[in-house]
Amino acid sequence: MAVEARIPLARPAASSPADRARVRPRSLLVDDWLLLGGSAAGSFCLVWVLYQNLAAEPSVAGFVVWWFVAFASMYWTSVFRLQGRVLATDRLMSFVIAAGAAAMLVPVFVIMGFVFYKGAGVITPHFFVETNQFCGQLDGPKCGGVAHAIVGTLEQVGIGIVIAVPLAILSAVFLNEVGGPLRRPVRIFVDAMSGLPSIVAGLFIYAVWVIGLGRGFSGFAASAALSLLMLPTITRTSEEVLRLVPDGLREGSLALGGSEWRTVWNVVLPTARSGLITAVVLGIARAVGETAPLILTAFGASVMNANPLAGPQESLPHFVYQYIHYNPGSAPYQRAWAAAAVLTLLVLGLFAIARGLGAAMSIEARQRRAARRDRRLAKREAAAALSQKRAAEGAGPS
Amino acid sequence: MSATAEPIVDSPIPRRGAAATLEAIGVSAWFGDRKVLEGVTLEMRAREVTALIGPSGCGKSTFIRILNRMHELIPGAALAGEVRLDGVDLYGSDQLPIHTRRRIGMVFQKPNPFPAMSIADNVLSGLRLSGRPIKEPRRIIEESLTRAGLWKEVRTRLGAPGGSLSGGQQQRLCIARSLAVQPQVLLMDEPCSALDPTSTKRIEETISEIVNDVTIVIVTHNMQQAQRISNRCAFFNVDEGSPGGIVEIGPTDKIFHDPDDPRTADYVHGRFG
Repeated sequence: MAVEARIPLARPAASSPADRARVRPRSLLVDDWLLLGGSAAGSFCLVWVLYQNLAAEPSVAGFVVWWFVAFASMYWTSVFRLQGRVLATDRLMSFVIAAGAAAMLVPVFVIMGFVFYKGAGVITPHFFVETNQFCGQLDGPKCGGVAHAIVGTLEQVGIGIVIAVPLAILSAVFLNEVGGPLRRPVRIFVDAMSGLPSIVAGLFIYAVWVIGLGRGFSGFAASAALSLLMLPTITRTSEEVLRLVPDGLREGSLALGGSEWRTVWNVVLPTARSGLITAVVLGIARAVGETAPLILTAFGASVMNANPLAGPQESLPHFVYQYIHYNPGSAPYQRAWAAAAVLTLLVLGLFAIARGLGAAMSIEARQRRAARRDRRLAKREAAAALSQKRAAEGAGPS
Repeated sequence: MSATAEPIVDSPIPRRGAAATLEAIGVSAWFGDRKVLEGVTLEMRAREVTALIGPSGCGKSTFIRILNRMHELIPGAALAGEVRLDGVDLYGSDQLPIHTRRRIGMVFQKPNPFPAMSIADNVLSGLRLSGRPIKEPRRIIEESLTRAGLWKEVRTRLGAPGGSLSGGQQQRLCIARSLAVQPQVLLMDEPCSALDPTSTKRIEETISEIVNDVTIVIVTHNMQQAQRISNRCAFFNVDEGSPGGIVEIGPTDKIFHDPDDPRTADYVHGRFG
């Protein structure tokens, strides 16, 4: 009986070599899915009945844990009975690992969902184009918008990137390609910098630029503070990425008579491009949510100030920080949640842009573009040849 | 095959003189305090293939890297002696390493096309890297790939990434890349050791086609290959605890059939111990 049951249901023995079914050994077939679904449903019902009645204080977390345990044992047993120990263990471990990955994603989606749930009521198109200038505590939550904060954040982070990325990549090139006796101290210094509290970066710019040089609050001061924070992150990540470029490529370039600088510029950096983009993305991630240094540098404002070089400027994190203090449920409080949602969207957008730029610059994309161009040219030539032929035929008989 | 062996006239690439004779005189090499090569004197004649044979660790690769100043890139590497290209000492105080490397190209054991560049850009990379203007890029690409025996296979996909080729094609792309800068000498460090017999045959054909324009020095562990393609052979050997050096130099026929030194005879006939 048991032996019979272990014959895999979905893989019938073929009668002749010619009509053997094509199998992908790692793929799940219909009855594999049925087994999975049946175990999930069966264990859910079992835990529903037992746990809800036997537990002293049933809770959702307890339910999920017991369901997990019940499902794992039920699924393993049924696969074991039908398909043997090897597959059963394989399926069970696959499930456990997939469940671990899913558990990692839960906090991300819970946080994002929570932010959008709290902010969704206020977000309307005009929230993106108006400022907060004429809105007080007593105006409705839909008064005004965060256009000034979006502009501020984009300018501050954008200028920060423009300052930090060239410096960071040059530092990484120094650390990995040039070297010399200064390499160790520079690396220690970069590591120390990555531990710099962000408020200290803000204080430094405040003391030197805002007060020391008397330039006052501005978006640019915020950019300078943010670039201090991005610099070590991008440098260390870029260095790791450059280290992955095989030495054979450097040797190949040098053996062709390339100078060291041209080797770095034409071979090493293009090879590491996608990793360098990741480094920049991590740098953005480090800077875009910072609030503390912005208070001391851009200060914040409720009016639009598109000029990053002069005058206080608002930013999204600062907007959130400032208005989240109000009574829960009040209009400014709701606007702060909406601004947090906008900030999340903005970060996603920046990441997508960085990834898209990286993909568009890759050799595969260039090849696709070249192939499209070739096809267009060929089509045009064929059309031209055809019209010529037609003209010749038309002219021929007459 | 043989059609490509004809000397290429009015090449768009600025020529820097044809194949030249390379001479090593009393070359020794060190890594840190360890001496790995002692007193190597060898003439690598123009329009000839010189094969360097010998067991692993006897300093062949070190020697070949000294010839185009790649040795000095390794931290702790030192050397003594002279390397002369048409009589000019490459280690003279007025010589820049990058100028030497433009005249003496190198093909490595492991194919190393630049993965971020297309096939066409890989061929032109030597000219770009040395900052020279590129006139008629399409002709340079076609000519170099033809000489390396790769043109027919890749002419319809010059825009494809260099890494998309097979191992043997990648190695021929590296040869084309080296030929595009019109070197006078081409050094090859076990260029076929990672390739299948068919690709090896293609590369050997390429070598016999280009040897009229370029002096070739090749390190190989394949005795048949050395016999097939080389005009002269140098047998390197090393004893436990002492630096490597040359045991015997001579025409390939003599080295393989009537060597003077019994160690050479043992090695080329595969007798050890």
